[in-house]
Amino acid sequence: MDFSFFIMQLISGLTVATLLFLVASGLTLIFGVGDVFNFAHGSFYMIGAYLAFQVISVLQVNFWLGLVLSGLGAGLVGIIAEVFLLRRIYGRKHEAGFQILLTFCLILIIDDLVKIIWGTEYKTIQRPPGFSGPVQIGDLYIPSYNILIIVIGIIVVVAAWWILNKTRAGKIARAAAVDREMLGAMGINVPMTMTMVFGIATALGGFAGALAAPLRSVTPGAGVEVIIDSLIVVVIGGMGNFWGAWMGALLIGELTAFGIVIVPKWATLFSYLVMIIVLIFKPEGLFAPRKVRKV
Amino acid sequence: MKTESRFKEAYLWTVILLIFGLVPVFMTSTYQMNLASHILIWVLFATAFNMLWGLTGMLSFGQALYYGLGAYCVGLMVKYLGSAWFFPGMAMGLVASAIVALLVGLLLIRVGGVYFTMLTLAFAQLMYQIMFKWYNFTGGDDGVVGIMQPGIFSNPIVYYYFILVMVMASIWILKRIAYSPFGMVLRCVNQNPDRVRFLGRRVRRNQLRIYIISSVFIALAGGLMVGVDNSIHTDMFVWTTSGEVILMTVLGGINQFFGPFIGAIVLILIEDIVGAYTEYWSLIIGTIVLFMVLLFPKGLVGEFLQLKHRFLKLKKHGG
Repeated sequence: MDFSFFIMQLISGLTVATLLFLVASGLTLIFGVGDVFNFAHGSFYMIGAYLAFQVISVLQVNFWLGLVLSGLGAGLVGIIAEVFLLRRIYGRKHEAGFQILLTFCLILIIDDLVKIIWGTEYKTIQRPPGFSGPVQIGDLYIPSYNILIIVIGIIVVVAAWWILNKTRAGKIARAAAVDREMLGAMGINVPMTMTMVFGIATALGGFAGALAAPLRSVTPGAGVEVIIDSLIVVVIGGMGNFWGAWMGALLIGELTAFGIVIVPKWATLFSYLVMIIVLIFKPEGLFAPRKVRKV
Repeated sequence: MKTESRFKEAYLWTVILLIFGLVPVFMTSTYQMNLASHILIWVLFATAFNMLWGLTGMLSFGQALYYGLGAYCVGLMVKYLGSAWFFPGMAMGLVASAIVALLVGLLLIRVGGVYFTMLTLAFAQLMYQIMFKWYNFTGGDDGVVGIMQPGIFSNPIVYYYFILVMVMASIWILKRIAYSPFGMVLRCVNQNPDRVRFLGRRVRRNQLRIYIISSVFIALAGGLMVGVDNSIHTDMFVWTTSGEVILMTVLGGINQFFGPFIGAIVLILIEDIVGAYTEYWSLIIGTIVLFMVLLFPKGLVGEFLQLKHRFLKLKKHGG
């Protein structure tokens, strides 16, 4: 493996990791704050991708604006789903089946709605102007869109860190993760907080879908594919652990990118093996501090 | 009292057996018999699954692993060794599932709650990936088609009655287990594991036992399905299959033994009826199940029993 090839795989792994993190961060946020495992999270990723197709390819809106609109659109659907359905299942940890059932029904409904609206054929989105070709760094030609994704990912991570740790909204979200009842007693509108957290989480998922759309083709099965990968990331990082999700995404992204070089056929097995090993030996997450910290 | 409940139970079994037993007599096409076979097999799948979840409180999101394993043992044996190996394959599927369930279960019972659910999912997905990628041996995404039963069992009516006998016998056994002293221990494990330990019973050993029992019966369901569809496919392992069985169980009610039984029948019938009218059946089913679960949180059987109880109480007070 020569150096340029190594860098190429590294970049491709980082791209996958960034997209995974964007989806998984929302998933882990919802789990951390609401104790709900949202199996339908992949469907919001898919909604984002289809909205991006609609806004950017059909309505010819500017790419960057389109990205933001797709994220917001997915967030809006998320808020609607939260208000009507998921609100009923917060904190009902002991009825995990009920959660699985509701979010599973949501997958069935959203996936079919998408098929009704956009049909079943593959959709593609052009890369934005200025990011269609590779950039040359020394002897290396690196696809510029991948670099864009990685940069955006870093911006989102930093922004998320800032919001969660330095702002009042972040403080409320962290408090909700610890004790919702107490938060309500403090005079905070808890249902509103949960709705907002859910909206932001699904918007992140939708944004990831929109961002990934020019790389991967947009298909009705996209949501079901992406949810399991994100689930692995969330479990490896520790369920409800925001920073763990980031580390987990990096681990899985690179493991897949380099695994494909070493054993092309069996690379997809690695992530499941890692998940199993983590769950058996350190179920609270690979990167969890000694005392589990939610969000 | 006891004889009365015995009589009631015998009555219930007779009705169930009559309904399913008369399907081939009154059918107008093989399609209906096929539908009835599907219902029977999913009934077994859901009932065996609920032994784990409703009874013991272990929510597995990976029981599709054993469903697929049972089916693949039959399918691959027939593919490589000929159709005489159909029933030995089925037996092998049960043994293989018991062994896998023992090995996997030993790891599974170490973790609890949501981690248990995730770990079952991970194991099932791992198996799915192996079957998916091992194209030369398993046929990968294409699966194996054209698997026929040997001799007289290739007759659909004979095979239907074979399914009926196997499923009913299995459910009878599962019911005996659920109401045996062992079943009582499992209920205690569900409600208060610490107290089970105080009483000198081993929580994990009992969890492992029921995990293996449930898995073996699910493997039987998988093996039986091969003869109905005459094919095997990697979709049998995938996580949505495990999700579907959870759907049935919740729909029927997890706290009743016959909840998953009714849930499976209702869900498959809805699927069949809706599927005949529109290709967007999953949208309709998702919506229907959603409303049913929100309206009847105890499940169809649970709500029915509550209603009956209330009605009887009312009658007693009124009279």
